[in-house]
Amino acid sequence: METSMEASRSSAPRLISSDRPRLVLSDEERDAILEEISHYENPRAASIEALKIVQKHRGWVPDEAILPIAELLGIPGSDVEGVATFYSQIFRQPVGRHVIRLCDSMTCYINGHETFLDVIKRELGIAPGQTTPDKRFTLIPVCCLGNCDKGPAFMVDEDTYGQVEANDLMRVLEAYE
Amino acid sequence: MTQRTRPLASFGTANRSPRARETHPLTWRLNDDGAPVWLEDYRRKDGYQAAKRALTEMTPEEVCEEVKDAGLKGRGGAGFSAGTKWSLTAKGDGIPRGYLLCNADEMEPNTYKDRLLMEQQPHQLLEGMIIAGYANHSFKGIVFLRGEYVDAARNLKRAVVEAREAGLLGENILGSGFDFDIHVHTGAGRYICGEETALINSLEGKRANPRAKPPFPGQAGAWGKPTVINNVETLSSVSSIIANGVDWYHGLCRPGSEDHGTKMMGFAGKVNQPGVWELPLGITVREILEDYAGGMRSGCTLKAWQPGGAGTGFLLPEHLDAQMCSNGIGKVGTRMGTGLALAVDDSINMVSLLRNMEQFFARESCGWCTPCRDGLPWSVKLLKALEAGEGQPGDIEMLLELTRKLGPGKTFCAHAPGAIEPLGSAIKYFREEFEAGIAQPVHAATAAVGDAG
Repeated sequence: METSMEASRSSAPRLISSDRPRLVLSDEERDAILEEISHYENPRAASIEALKIVQKHRGWVPDEAILPIAELLGIPGSDVEGVATFYSQIFRQPVGRHVIRLCDSMTCYINGHETFLDVIKRELGIAPGQTTPDKRFTLIPVCCLGNCDKGPAFMVDEDTYGQVEANDLMRVLEAYE
Repeated sequence: MTQRTRPLASFGTANRSPRARETHPLTWRLNDDGAPVWLEDYRRKDGYQAAKRALTEMTPEEVCEEVKDAGLKGRGGAGFSAGTKWSLTAKGDGIPRGYLLCNADEMEPNTYKDRLLMEQQPHQLLEGMIIAGYANHSFKGIVFLRGEYVDAARNLKRAVVEAREAGLLGENILGSGFDFDIHVHTGAGRYICGEETALINSLEGKRANPRAKPPFPGQAGAWGKPTVINNVETLSSVSSIIANGVDWYHGLCRPGSEDHGTKMMGFAGKVNQPGVWELPLGITVREILEDYAGGMRSGCTLKAWQPGGAGTGFLLPEHLDAQMCSNGIGKVGTRMGTGLALAVDDSINMVSLLRNMEQFFARESCGWCTPCRDGLPWSVKLLKALEAGEGQPGDIEMLLELTRKLGPGKTFCAHAPGAIEPLGSAIKYFREEFEAGIAQPVHAATAAVGDAG
């Protein structure tokens, strides 16, 4: 499955049409999306949450998931695609087992965010937007994490860190296998 | 007011005084260890008494008037009167009941106040939402929370369940006949979602492009219904006003402040004790820096500061005696914004800092309006050249032209004006740092030799 997705990604163009390859959402994914729909006046409102649900189960949102989500919500696939490409926390390509979100806002810049970038580059060999060859970590930039008094701030998956010195950064990351 | 504070995860003793209940309405209930104030604890500390009073003893109009008279201004950065916003909301016969949205999309660089209020005092926010919902005839409250605030989401959801089980949410709240429920909605990134009309589009499951106004959300907002959008801190301030009254609220600020009440304020950057504290509006910035943040770290000299978020202009050390309130900061040429200040020390080059900042704003532009979509990356390109010492004559003038072309009124929303205001102030105060980035013209003789070779 993984390989065929990769193959379809490399074969341009990425058109949205009914004959486009699609995957089948799991019952768990469907149920979670239907539950989200129930919270809003209109099923469309659950589009972002639906993408997050699929991402939670698969690690990212493959192209093949767009149409099944659109059908469940009763909206055009292009609308789901438009949303999926707009929001920065929806991943449209595979990411590593752990996602490092490093705040690059000005307060963290002042407090040494670039030193953190250097450590990650040196120790893991990745820059923002990249994944380590062993698929362990992906590094992405993120808007201010609201921890400016403890910066540089970063998250690993759902854990938020502050008050970490640059030379302790790798020790924090070691815990994520 | 000159007590030293200890750097703690929450503010701990910073707001502990015998009269904290009267002087620190937003924070006196906080636990010293930072543990959330859950329902039982919150009720023991007079929680939900204000909601009870509003719902059972006051009309919605009276609640609007009380909040308007108190002078509570929006704490998200724009500073519009909350009570006025509420009284302008469409309501009455034939008008469907609408939504009360809590803007919890805290992403403004150097803003770290709503996170604390939501993680540690979720019920104070819910109580404010119930009162605001009642005042605005809303049938549903939705907290629009950024996806990265995982702990805030967990705590708010737990608080909602607690409140529902206690009959504080749902049908016929406290026997008042008022029905209202709250849902916690989490986003998926993008700073622009904090713009109120973009927030509505995002909530509806669309790309977060801002909408044209009018119609204002109060007339036609989420799903076309009357919609009120208030910041977390604004809503968290409401219950104390209803509980203690207008005169008390007017007495909280310092003399000279046109804004009333207290506000979460902070100082970050290379200061000794970066943090966030509840302080009276009108306190001087110098007091915040020296008495609360403990002054600059040893070896660091203050060079510039911003009063409240990336979208506010830079100021100089000579402006530190300005009062932290809209008229106080307005007097020195910019806006209070979120009231969380940032210290820029002398090790920071202004061109590099502005490059970092405009990269952020360029990345976060939704792309809807051309000046913003094209102008911000252009400013980044120019700033990168200046940072590398490869700027060309005219680059600074071009940056200044961008500050005009991206200014207020040129775009749908305030993203571009907010992005470009700090740049104008940085050039105004630190022009020599920008000029230092202009490449030295190649000497005529050297050029001639080069050509001949």
